[in-house]
Amino acid sequence: MHVVYPAVVAALLFSIGVYGVLARRNTILVLMSVELMLNAVNLNLVAFDVWLRDALHSGQVLTLFVIVIAAAEVGIGLAIVLAVFRTRKAIELDRLRELGEP
Amino acid sequence: MSGVDFWPPSTLEVVFLLLGLVAVGSALLVVTTRQLVHAALWLVVCFGALAGCYLVLTAEFVAWVQVLIYVGAVVVLLLFGIMLTRAPIGRSDDLDSGNRVVAAVVAVATAGVLVSVVVGGFQHAYAELRPGAGSAEELGASIFRNWVLPFEALSVLLLAALIGAIVLSRTDIKGRR
Repeated sequence: MHVVYPAVVAALLFSIGVYGVLARRNTILVLMSVELMLNAVNLNLVAFDVWLRDALHSGQVLTLFVIVIAAAEVGIGLAIVLAVFRTRKAIELDRLRELGEP
Repeated sequence: MSGVDFWPPSTLEVVFLLLGLVAVGSALLVVTTRQLVHAALWLVVCFGALAGCYLVLTAEFVAWVQVLIYVGAVVVLLLFGIMLTRAPIGRSDDLDSGNRVVAAVVAVATAGVLVSVVVGGFQHAYAELRPGAGSAEELGASIFRNWVLPFEALSVLLLAALIGAIVLSRTDIKGRR
């Protein structure tokens, strides 16, 4: 397996995630795009672990850690989104401008 | 470095590229679809294809964890979030903000930089796939021999996130006056 293939797939996934974070209005869709970026990083970690044959398996272990952190992040993020929805009745990012400059 | 040619690709590489194509295509649909629920379902396809990629790369345990946690837990959480925020079920045309064009330019620039750097840097790198290198036995031994402290710290972090999510989403817990 050439290392270029997983690396290029991961780079494309990451830039798709960047597009989603910048272009979407709905907070939940932005969270999905963040998940895409985290998955791109995971693919890179696994591919380079396989390539370098690390004795400690750092790449795959770090992938597991990233998956756990992503689960925690989604839980907290959705709790925050629900709290915002309860108080503001809207989760569109460009309508939450109370802290912005007028 | 290594004398393995790009052409003809091995069977594993063809399988990996097809799975990667599915992953990238469904990711594109996630960020462009007009229906909120469909975005979550395309996310399932994307994560499933990525799990297949991990399997091809001999990382079996990571692949199953990916299926269990991402497909099983994270997407269900996102669907619950969509449901609880009373999102419209059908087509909605206001899912994209006004800076789509700028976002597309930034994303294409990011893709260009990353792909050219990666292709330039790892053109000749070749990874021999060794079956069983990512089995649950090897990874478990590695986690509980060498990575015990980060593992425990992470479990405390997960507990803190759990309690934080409960406190944030309950309405009858008030702060101290």
